[in-house]
Amino acid sequence: MTAVDLPRNHLATRRSSLDLVLRARELGIVLALAALVAVTTISNPRFLSGQSIRDILLGTAILAVLAVGQAVVVITRNIDLSVGSVLGLSAFTVGTLLRDHPGLPVIGALLIGAAVGGVCGAVNGVLVRYGNVPALVVTLGTLYVVRGITYFWAGGQQINADELPGGFLDFGNATLLGIPYLVLIALLVLVITGVVLRSYRVGRELYAMGSSPQAARLAGISVGRRTIGAFGVSGALAGLAGVLFAARFGTIDAAAGTGYELNVVAAVVVGGVAVFGGSGSVWGAALGALLLTTIGSSLAVLEINQFWQQAIVGGLILLAIGADRLVAARVAATLKKRGSHVH
Amino acid sequence: MSTDRLGRFANWNVAIIAVTVVVLIVAAATVDNFGTAQNFGFLILDLLPIALVALPMTLVIVTGEIDLSVASTLGLSSAVMGYLWNQNQPIETIIPLCLLLGAVLGAINGFFVTVLGLPSLAVTIGTLALYRGLAFVVLGDGAVADFPALYTDWVTGNIGGTSIPNVLIIIVVLAAVFGVVLHATPVGRAVFAIGTSEQAARFAGVRPGRVKFWLYVVSGLVSGLAGVLWTLRYSSARADNGAGLELAVVAAVLLGGVSIFGGKGALPGVIAGVVLLASLQNALRLSDVSNEALNVVTGVLLIVSVLAPNLANAVRSSLQRRRHRPEPL
Amino acid sequence: MTIRISRPLAVPLATVAVVSLTLTACGGGTTKSSSSGDTGAPAASTAAKADPNAPLKEGLKIAYLPKQLNNPYTDVEVGGGKVAVGELKGEYKLVGPNDASASSQVSYINTLIQQQQDVIVVAANDPNAVCPSLNQARKAGIKVVSFDSDASKDCRDAFINQATTQGIGESLVKMASELAGGSGEIAVLSATPNATNQNSWIQVMKTELAKPANAKLKLVKIAYGNDDDQKSFTEAQGLLQSYPNLKVIVSPTTVGIAAASRYVSASSYKGKVAITGLGLPNQMRQYVKDGTVKKFALWNPADIGYLAAYAGAALKSGQITGAEGEKFKAGKLGEYTVGAAGEIVLGPPTEFTAANIDKFNF
Repeated sequence: MTAVDLPRNHLATRRSSLDLVLRARELGIVLALAALVAVTTISNPRFLSGQSIRDILLGTAILAVLAVGQAVVVITRNIDLSVGSVLGLSAFTVGTLLRDHPGLPVIGALLIGAAVGGVCGAVNGVLVRYGNVPALVVTLGTLYVVRGITYFWAGGQQINADELPGGFLDFGNATLLGIPYLVLIALLVLVITGVVLRSYRVGRELYAMGSSPQAARLAGISVGRRTIGAFGVSGALAGLAGVLFAARFGTIDAAAGTGYELNVVAAVVVGGVAVFGGSGSVWGAALGALLLTTIGSSLAVLEINQFWQQAIVGGLILLAIGADRLVAARVAATLKKRGSHVH
Repeated sequence: MSTDRLGRFANWNVAIIAVTVVVLIVAAATVDNFGTAQNFGFLILDLLPIALVALPMTLVIVTGEIDLSVASTLGLSSAVMGYLWNQNQPIETIIPLCLLLGAVLGAINGFFVTVLGLPSLAVTIGTLALYRGLAFVVLGDGAVADFPALYTDWVTGNIGGTSIPNVLIIIVVLAAVFGVVLHATPVGRAVFAIGTSEQAARFAGVRPGRVKFWLYVVSGLVSGLAGVLWTLRYSSARADNGAGLELAVVAAVLLGGVSIFGGKGALPGVIAGVVLLASLQNALRLSDVSNEALNVVTGVLLIVSVLAPNLANAVRSSLQRRRHRPEPL
Repeated sequence: MTIRISRPLAVPLATVAVVSLTLTACGGGTTKSSSSGDTGAPAASTAAKADPNAPLKEGLKIAYLPKQLNNPYTDVEVGGGKVAVGELKGEYKLVGPNDASASSQVSYINTLIQQQQDVIVVAANDPNAVCPSLNQARKAGIKVVSFDSDASKDCRDAFINQATTQGIGESLVKMASELAGGSGEIAVLSATPNATNQNSWIQVMKTELAKPANAKLKLVKIAYGNDDDQKSFTEAQGLLQSYPNLKVIVSPTTVGIAAASRYVSASSYKGKVAITGLGLPNQMRQYVKDGTVKKFALWNPADIGYLAAYAGAALKSGQITGAEGEKFKAGKLGEYTVGAAGEIVLGPPTEFTAANIDKFNF
């Protein structure tokens, strides 16, 4: 079920069937989402009020940005567990800068956050590529190290909302045509990454690497550069998410984003990106993020014990990868059958 | 080539044990109160859960799989223990039930990985969330205390009048069992064979699925036991017990020289890895080094433990290449 | 692929099951009720006699172990402790975990025992989990003073109570009633469901609300933000969605009240829903000034750490033993009397409003 860059004219049928499957996968999430919203709204109509939808979208925005970055890495058959720590470092860096230099424009904050994250990501990438160390190990290590550095630096400090410039806090709440800026940024990130992955050579190469690293290397793809690039993107997006986090919550300490990696990986996996690389899309990952955030909100509204949330997330991951396996088996069977007709 | 790889591996094992011994000696000589009998007891109690869970984890990783759900299994076992204790069940029933629960949780992992053939990383990240979530569902945010002193005192106590903690018996016995199984039985050879090449192992008559399934069961069982001991040590059953421990366990196992790709590793190295991490933390804490630094040390050690052999290897092969003709691909 | 249970493994598993069933069937064994009271705590050292005139020792090693480091409230508390230890000419030390977990606190207590401290001032993350270690410390001659969140009574020498439970509960209800105009729906946003402090205050609140004077106030929900900023934020959000007629959110925790204020100040609920509870002036200043929060209360946390150091020094010097009725002097705070079960009460909480908030800096 890997989507390598196949010549369009020849294998149009195969592509369309693949597209169908992928779309079906995302359709599944949309349906689950619709059912969830319907049930919650019936029980409490205020769930669909403007404020509530805004809150869910704001929550999703941060998770979705992280999930998009994670999807890019996972597609290349790697994983980035350090995103929560990178988010924390970036949020604290930007928070400190804004406190000391209230004149810093928002765009500057966003760029600095992304740069901090990008550096962390590039370090991950270099260790994975040139150290020949598996991504799981590297990012587990940097998860500890980056968090440690943040604690080291922050000490007991907490940056409170009243220390941050008003313009920055407004950015966390302000809207454009009724849509919060945070959500617009997440959408922008999603669309750009989605288009690059789908329609550009670089994007297809990432899929190829994930499907078969050896074949990708033989095909002349510079696997090293792409690997570092993928981690750089994931890091930069985690850094960007750190700035969004700071703008949304206003209170930043060294623990910001602790444990986020689990939610991010969950969103990506639930969104249909296979952990063994080569398949899935950032759209799915973003939908996964939306679904997870909505579950969190509806549990509170439905007054279901909040303790169920984590168990439900775990169950969803298992369900998602189980379903993917079944679909993959069916698609493989179909392709085999069709393949024997063609050749 | 294969003997070379074996030799390199033995080297890492010897190296990590040597480093551990050096760290212990230096710490005892330079850090006040590190070498006391009482501190030895504290050290053993601190490393107990990591040491226990690292044993089956070693075997799981040698087969090329991973189990990230161990700490959540520990937590669920602890939560269920507290719940049943509140239900006025006798502790003598609760403990075996918690072990059984651990085995069942492990079997669920094993089912997904071996029967459905799903990647263990994704499966156990899923059950990591699921089991921890269930632990909170069972016990909420509350804590259950008042476990019988007979049991809690045994876990925190020492053998007779010595300063050797009782729990060291459990660690030694289990380590011996796992060591013998891994290094001196057909099961151990099968574990290595699967990790090296599952295909080849199958041709050699090994049933990889079955071996892996039972490794997950054992991993769950030992995690359940660790949950019981954790609860008794702190005489407090909580749903968040052991949260994040899986990272420390994986770090210790990899530090011990087990390859994350499977097929390589040895138990003595893993034990050394566990002791190294725990005694470094203990010594740093005694020297008033902040908690933050401990995090950084753990992370750096983890990366270095995998990076160092790779670098050494690269240097060695480049030296060899200079000496001999370039090897054909 | 099918899984068959192989015999060598099936046998021990079956044995475990059979043994556990047999034990249950016999009905024997140790249960919670059969072992109650059997907590294994050593008897308090009542043999020692207090000598109120004993001089305060100098050079005492006093170590603070808060619930977790890097928490602004905790920083203020231990800051007060540092000042007091300086006045006492002692050695001040601050250690603690980054996560509020009981198990990591135990490792730190063990370290402090090894370092032969004279006094440990601890805020327990779990009143029972820290008990065995604290008792080990006391056996080694270390005096244990708990603050903020008490450890079990039988494993500490004294407890610094920030204010009486009754006093705080009453003042919370009084503020809520004033803000609600005497009638309407109110909700509580607490810390964790098992937080000792918060639960006892909420209990007093319930008793107060049951009184005829407060008959028109209705407590609709107690939500838990786990003292986590983000979780508290989300929970405040959930409360306002679920209860459209809500008039007041009472948050008896500094994390909760700040998060709830921040949410309300930026939402359409601003001005319609009042926030009150226990908060830090520095964190709340912005919301008091923008009108989201009219009033809230708190004791001075620095005084807690300050008092704890003096209590610890008095214990170690033999001025007090932790028995009821004993008196000691606590520097600038004046004289204190040990209450029942070793409790030392700091004093009544202060109410903060737009009029006085700028006088406080913590």
